Amino acid sequence: MSELIQNPSDPACSVFSRLQKRAQLLQTLRAFFYARGVMEVDTPILSAGTVPDVHLRALSTLVQVPGERDRQRFYLHTSPEYPMKRLLSLGSGDIFYLGKVFRDGDLSRRHQVEFTMLEWYRLGFSLFELMDEVAEIIGQILGDGRRVEKLSYREAFELHAGIGDIFNATAGECKAVLDARGIEIVGVDDDDKPLWEQLVLTEVIEQQLGRHAITLLYHYPAREAALAQVPADNPLVAERFEAYVDGLELANGYRELADADAYRARFNEALATRQTLGLESVPLDEHLLQTLAATPLPDCSGVALGVDRLLMLQQGYTDIKDAMPFGLLEA
Amino acid sequence: MATYSTNEFKNGLKFLLDGQPCTIVDNTIVQPGKGQAFNRVKYRNLMTGRVLEKTFKSGEKVEAADVIDTQLQYLYNDGEFYHFMNPESFDQYQVAAAAIEDVSKWLVEQDECTVTLFNGEPISVTPPKTTVLEVIQTDPGLKGDTVDSSGKPATLSTGAVIQVPLFVKTGDKVLVNTERGEYLSRAKE
Repeated sequence: MSELIQNPSDPACSVFSRLQKRAQLLQTLRAFFYARGVMEVDTPILSAGTVPDVHLRALSTLVQVPGERDRQRFYLHTSPEYPMKRLLSLGSGDIFYLGKVFRDGDLSRRHQVEFTMLEWYRLGFSLFELMDEVAEIIGQILGDGRRVEKLSYREAFELHAGIGDIFNATAGECKAVLDARGIEIVGVDDDDKPLWEQLVLTEVIEQQLGRHAITLLYHYPAREAALAQVPADNPLVAERFEAYVDGLELANGYRELADADAYRARFNEALATRQTLGLESVPLDEHLLQTLAATPLPDCSGVALGVDRLLMLQQGYTDIKDAMPFGLLEA
Repeated sequence: MATYSTNEFKNGLKFLLDGQPCTIVDNTIVQPGKGQAFNRVKYRNLMTGRVLEKTFKSGEKVEAADVIDTQLQYLYNDGEFYHFMNPESFDQYQVAAAAIEDVSKWLVEQDECTVTLFNGEPISVTPPKTTVLEVIQTDPGLKGDTVDSSGKPATLSTGAVIQVPLFVKTGDKVLVNTERGEYLSRAKE
């Protein structure tokens, strides 16, 4: 291996130079949290329960458990969120995870089925305090002095799509924005407002986010709360944000829901949607629900950040697999 | 009729859109972390050659297009149609002259061409990548002027006009790249 590194004409040399960049990034990220007293946890990848979210597909495998006649189904995590929240409830304090997660079917220049996620939780942090920390860590890695822009979801639609009040806009107004730009969509009902709204975001707005900036888009519609709090004084929005650089989504964070009943309600909502759409049902993470029922989650905010994408941006790669030793189809 | 779901989309897949055969040239999955997935698809309309873009909701289906590429021998043209034959089955096909306007100047009788069939009917013809043609007219090169790299025009036996080096004479056979319409070399007989 050392011979290859010393020979710059060898194509393997560029592979190792890329891997060195990756190793440096992992080390920098760990150092950032160790310096702030945030403890690293490597939670299990396999779990009997999984995420019911309609848009996430967990891989699963069968495990021979002694004493059981049939092999038992275990799911590969799509994020370390549930076991980390159990640890938080049990009193772990601030924690982070840096490691692999898996999402079936996601393969493109911006997606790999197996990818590296950095997820962390900060006790007592408001959504905005966590947004500041996310901007700080991204800024430190990119090192190009780009400014930080905080933009609410509503402001983004006004600024980049010309829709003044997205929360009260119609499906037709959203569709008109796409029509005006010659963007043709197949398979969406004319009156499906949430989907037309999503398309304005992904097809028109996203590419304008994070230009010469780290853009933090916050206060998503309440229906996209996932496991974020919905403030009592503003029930239209969720305490959720995403970070964008050069049009690429890098991170997704929440002011976290605290009590077990709220979790079960959101999970059951997702299971009902799965049924409506004819998707197969999935077992919930009962360990999480039991832990939260005994001790609610302490007040905290948490965020997940795509590490391979961060390296893509830092190094100017155009395909996420260049940020990894091997992509799925080369593995 | 066979159908393809969006999760089967890949480059080169042939499908029907508004009854027209199309081929996928780029398929990008748009998968927001918390939203419905879509496929952003660039496709070429095989009838018009135009490349267009559409975004399909994940799970949508399209009809498969019966499109195949086949090697056929070019026989002759009668002014209205160009006639081709499958050298194994001897099946004959005719293509409207208008459909192959762009490539007809590279067609030489007996040459094997790639003919794309849609529902058994030819919709496009791709001539061999290189072909040998005779120069039927070109001005004599000026003596001593061998350095000028711009060359001179030459009319070939099929009616095509290309730039050739100054030393090429009327009656010479030349090897031509049909994709770019460029002279490659003199052909040895």
